[in-house]
Amino acid sequence: MSLFVIGYYTLLLVVSCLAAYFNKRQVFLLAFSLTLVSFILGIVGGTGALKAVAICAGLLGLTAMVSYAFREFLIQMAESNVGMSFSNNPPVMYVCLIAPIIYCILAWLLGWRFGEFAFALIIIVILLIAMKTETAKELRTAPLTAAFGMFVIFTYAIAGIFAPYIAPHGEAEVISSAFAPADAEMLLGADQLGRDMFSRIVFGARNSVGLALTATVAAFVLGAGAGLLAATKGGWFDQFMGRVADVIMSIPSLIFALLMLSIFGPSTPVIICAVAIIYAPRVFRLTRAVAGNVVVMDYIEAAKLRGEGTGYLIRREILPNSTAPLVAEFGLEFCFVFLLVAGLSFLGLGIQPPTADWGSMVRENATLISFGDITPLIPAAAIALLTVAVNFVVDWMLFRSSGLKEQ
Amino acid sequence: MSKKKEVLLKIRDLKIQGYSDETWVDIIKGVDLTLHRGEVMGLIGESGAGKSTIGAAAMGYARDGTRITEGSKIEFDGMELTTATEGEKRALRGSRIAYVAQSAAASFNPAHKIIDQHTEAPLHYRIQKRMEAQEDAMDLYERLRLPNPKEIGFRYPHQVSGGQLQRAMTAMAMSCRPDLIIFDEPTTALDVTTQIEVLAAIRDIVDQFNTAALYITHDLAVVAQMADTIKVLLKGNEVEEASTEEMLNNPKEDYTKSLWAVRSFESPQRQRPKDTVPLISVKNVDAAYTGGPKILDDVSFDIYEGMTVAVVGESGSGKSTTARVITGLLPPSKGEVLFKGEPFPHDYRNRDRDQLRQCQMIYQMADTALNPKVKISEIIGRPAQFYSGLHGADLKNRVDELLDLIELDPSKFYNRYPPELSGGQKQRIGIARALAANPTFIVCDEVTSALDQLVAEGILRLLDRLQNELNLAYMFITHDLATVRSIADEVIVMQQGRVVEQGPKDDMFTPPHHPYTDLLLSSVPEMDPNWLTTLLEERGIDNLGDAAAAQIDPNDPKVQ
Amino acid sequence: MGDILGLVGKRLGLGLVILLVISIIIFFMVELLPGDIAQAVLGQGATEDNLAALRKEMGLDKPAIVRYLGWLSGAVTFDFGASVVTKEPVISLIGERFMNTLFLAAYAAVIAVPVAIILGILVALLRNSIFDRVANVATLTSISSPEFFLGYILILYFSVKWGMFPAISSLSEGMTLGELLQRTFLPALTLVLVVVAHMMRMTRAAIINLLASPYIEMARLKGTPPWKVIVKHALPNAWAPIINVVALNLAYLITGVVLVEVVFVYPGIGQALVDAVSKRDFPVVQACCLIFAATFILLNLAADVGAILTNPRLRHPK
Repeated sequence: MSLFVIGYYTLLLVVSCLAAYFNKRQVFLLAFSLTLVSFILGIVGGTGALKAVAICAGLLGLTAMVSYAFREFLIQMAESNVGMSFSNNPPVMYVCLIAPIIYCILAWLLGWRFGEFAFALIIIVILLIAMKTETAKELRTAPLTAAFGMFVIFTYAIAGIFAPYIAPHGEAEVISSAFAPADAEMLLGADQLGRDMFSRIVFGARNSVGLALTATVAAFVLGAGAGLLAATKGGWFDQFMGRVADVIMSIPSLIFALLMLSIFGPSTPVIICAVAIIYAPRVFRLTRAVAGNVVVMDYIEAAKLRGEGTGYLIRREILPNSTAPLVAEFGLEFCFVFLLVAGLSFLGLGIQPPTADWGSMVRENATLISFGDITPLIPAAAIALLTVAVNFVVDWMLFRSSGLKEQ
Repeated sequence: MSKKKEVLLKIRDLKIQGYSDETWVDIIKGVDLTLHRGEVMGLIGESGAGKSTIGAAAMGYARDGTRITEGSKIEFDGMELTTATEGEKRALRGSRIAYVAQSAAASFNPAHKIIDQHTEAPLHYRIQKRMEAQEDAMDLYERLRLPNPKEIGFRYPHQVSGGQLQRAMTAMAMSCRPDLIIFDEPTTALDVTTQIEVLAAIRDIVDQFNTAALYITHDLAVVAQMADTIKVLLKGNEVEEASTEEMLNNPKEDYTKSLWAVRSFESPQRQRPKDTVPLISVKNVDAAYTGGPKILDDVSFDIYEGMTVAVVGESGSGKSTTARVITGLLPPSKGEVLFKGEPFPHDYRNRDRDQLRQCQMIYQMADTALNPKVKISEIIGRPAQFYSGLHGADLKNRVDELLDLIELDPSKFYNRYPPELSGGQKQRIGIARALAANPTFIVCDEVTSALDQLVAEGILRLLDRLQNELNLAYMFITHDLATVRSIADEVIVMQQGRVVEQGPKDDMFTPPHHPYTDLLLSSVPEMDPNWLTTLLEERGIDNLGDAAAAQIDPNDPKVQ
Repeated sequence: MGDILGLVGKRLGLGLVILLVISIIIFFMVELLPGDIAQAVLGQGATEDNLAALRKEMGLDKPAIVRYLGWLSGAVTFDFGASVVTKEPVISLIGERFMNTLFLAAYAAVIAVPVAIILGILVALLRNSIFDRVANVATLTSISSPEFFLGYILILYFSVKWGMFPAISSLSEGMTLGELLQRTFLPALTLVLVVVAHMMRMTRAAIINLLASPYIEMARLKGTPPWKVIVKHALPNAWAPIINVVALNLAYLITGVVLVEVVFVYPGIGQALVDAVSKRDFPVVQACCLIFAATFILLNLAADVGAILTNPRLRHPK
């Protein structure tokens, strides 16, 4: 029996004893079940299996620590209450927001440099505005999974925005032979054309996520707009939109997307339109339901009897009371859209080469799997990780919004 | 009933905490309670007094999000519940302590027949065989005077009316002949006429089996009929405890006295102004929701300037629908509404801004009537801005003036949000919002029924004062005759969508009445502990509630 | 009972109408094609003569309505016309493949449904415990992973490293059931992983939602033990949501099947659809879409009818 195995079981036993001594039932149960599982794994798979378990546990612990640190960092930021000074000073807030937006648009249109920085600045300002003591209170309730999710989203955002500065090689730059193994030059080796895998994954963050995000926003604007209108107006408009949503939702989403792509050909605008049309009805249903709960409130009746117009009702009365579920829903829809777009790319019907895109990268390198090489799994894992992260955050937000309702 | 008996339930220093806003807050702050075998104790208090939580704790049960703190002692028949295991406590529930919930309709499982739910506990505890248990259930149904006792148990809960379900639930609680029954507001969700039959049944069965009971309610008159002793609670603390007689005649604490004195306010009756057109006149209105049955049937009445017309009736009588017709939310299928002699457009969307301004509304639930995400200043300011075009300093002055009018300090409330306010304050904001439009007519839809009695009285006084100052006309919808007595000038009694009787208040409260008005008036519990007994003797056991209402022919002309 | 029959009838009628509308969408969407089908099939280099010939062959000279009615009446008898690329009848291309797809979906469903419902109930019973939390994280991760990610991981371990199951699920004539099940185990397992996670979460949510109702508290206060509260009091009322969950996920299987078939090179209708899309073989695309949509609607219909039939309020009218 190797030193590792002895150490492994000693550690588990010590943790179990400590947990039992301090009356921590949950920790004890965890350590105990882990010991049992380890026995079986150790008998079946030998030391290798135990090492794998130890590595997994270590990784989990590391992730938990990072998540914890990130949450504390966010709480500290929020405690500083920067957001208050912005909301007390609207002109400053608008200048700080609008200036980078204008620069960003100009940079995009005229090809100026540092557009990425302007874009990052917009996000930073928005985050700063949100940094209030109330946010700190909310953040304290976040479980570690949600903190982990936020951390991952943060990392992806940086990778996506600053892709050209992070990636060591160009997006479509052929630098070695096909399927070259990893070396000092190429962290993850080369793909089927000899391009650097790592650089393509970094650029993929921008392309894949950007496309999914744009499509989700489009679906949301369409669906939420229609949902709010239908809830407020009611009557035949409501009925009609409900029926339209029923019909569109009766076609499986991937099938509908394939139909549209086969007709209009795979290109970015077509994908965005297709996804918007497919997902808008889902957003519509939810918004209709959320707003429907608000519309039956007496204060809406009071506003209607006052003679207020639809615009005022939606903007001042309904929207402020449905933001929480809608934000959570946005995250959820993003996950669905992201998976759908990734699936399309995987089928070769998404973003067209040579643009780096995670779904198509899996497909292009799939043959490596049969040699036991995990390279094609990396972009797939990148997709899964982001979706998991968003789902973790959404899970927490949904719990918060439903928990608050009960009171 | 003799009081010196064996102690059944002994609660000492009960503290219960509730989880809210990430921390544990005390909801019960050290209550003692002693209940003897066969004794009925009334737990009385306003909402948030923690009476229902104590009821659950008496079974050793803490609802989700609450916990019984250490140091509390709950002893049931010699057994300490706070330290008992979950299994030991479970073995008491249903067999020795039973529970009757507020809403029987929600507390019966819709998927099973009533009798199957009834026999669940006896079968579980192996007290009876299935057939015996069913026989026993039918016997209990008969004792509780449920119609068709042999057959009613084999129906599903949704096939039985609310009052009958509540009695079936009492029968279910008796299934194992428990030593103690907890009644948690068993009649609060019922109409007054139905309430009586349930009250009579509960009292009968408790007497017959000599069961001890904790009777939880907020209604003094009800508890006076049921309880041997009364304990008054306020915000998780005990105020005082005494026998029913003594508590009614000689309350010691100020808080108790104030509860007893609540119904003293009565505004003098105003007379109709001579030779004027009525402000609102409802003429032969029929109304129905799309595709539904007719809800209003030939309703006509007038409301004069500066007068309060109270519309009384039980749930489903069409009083709120009448308000919806007047405000234009539900266009009538026949008839019309006149405003100062001019026809009012049927649909509110067709009314112009001035017509909308004249007719305002105050709602029953202040929680849903005020947008929780909008500041008080905007809730009140918006109508002023919308109708009068006020801006800036003018608007602020107007909001301040309105806040003064409803007796709230402008500097304190200007920037707050509705969830931060108490129920009474919210209701005042609702009134201010109606006043901000400078109306001549306000519909008050059950404005006091969700409020505690003291707060409700404050609102009634405020409304009365405003009426005198601003010459407002009110249409006051309520099911509570005490409220009618205190604020109305004229009364309209509605039953099943028809007006059965109308006239000045003083006439309405002096006999002879229309039989339905009579039923309604006599069904309201009075503070007298012998009221129920007397009434049962007068009316006879079979002439209560639904049965009595069914005997009245709505087509019967007025008795007067 | 009349009420129930009426409701079911209404629901069936609505399903038919939706199917009709979808057939219209599927057919006329192709009409939106820039140029026309013949142009799209033959590409830019086609001569006028070739185009005209193809148009005549496909009946494009007739008005769209006439063609739609012809297509629809054919579709009712499973005659979807001929493929543009291979000129074979569409039904011979996809008929057998559809059966294969149904087999795969059924294989996955037979494993997934009982497992998911039992696990869902267990997790609801153990809610807020450490197992519940682990299950929450695990199911979220499974839901969040694209099917091809799960598929390739399974291939990597079960077939490349351990060699237990084949990576490519090719089917041949005369295979025994055992062989068939072994060959298709990995694609079925991929589908099971995704669907079980979905169903488990939804079953848990449906039951926990019910646990807040007063009649559950009443049952607890009657001294009913916790497992009996769930089985006797919560479950009978949870059938409607659970049936819905099952149907929704079976419908999801149909979409998921497309990606899984591509990963495992399984000869199903999904592969056919993807091939046809890249070859722009419109009759095949239309036929596949219609078949998928019809199955989807049928499942939803079954769920709604199931929900109506298990509702005690409707089963025992006043």
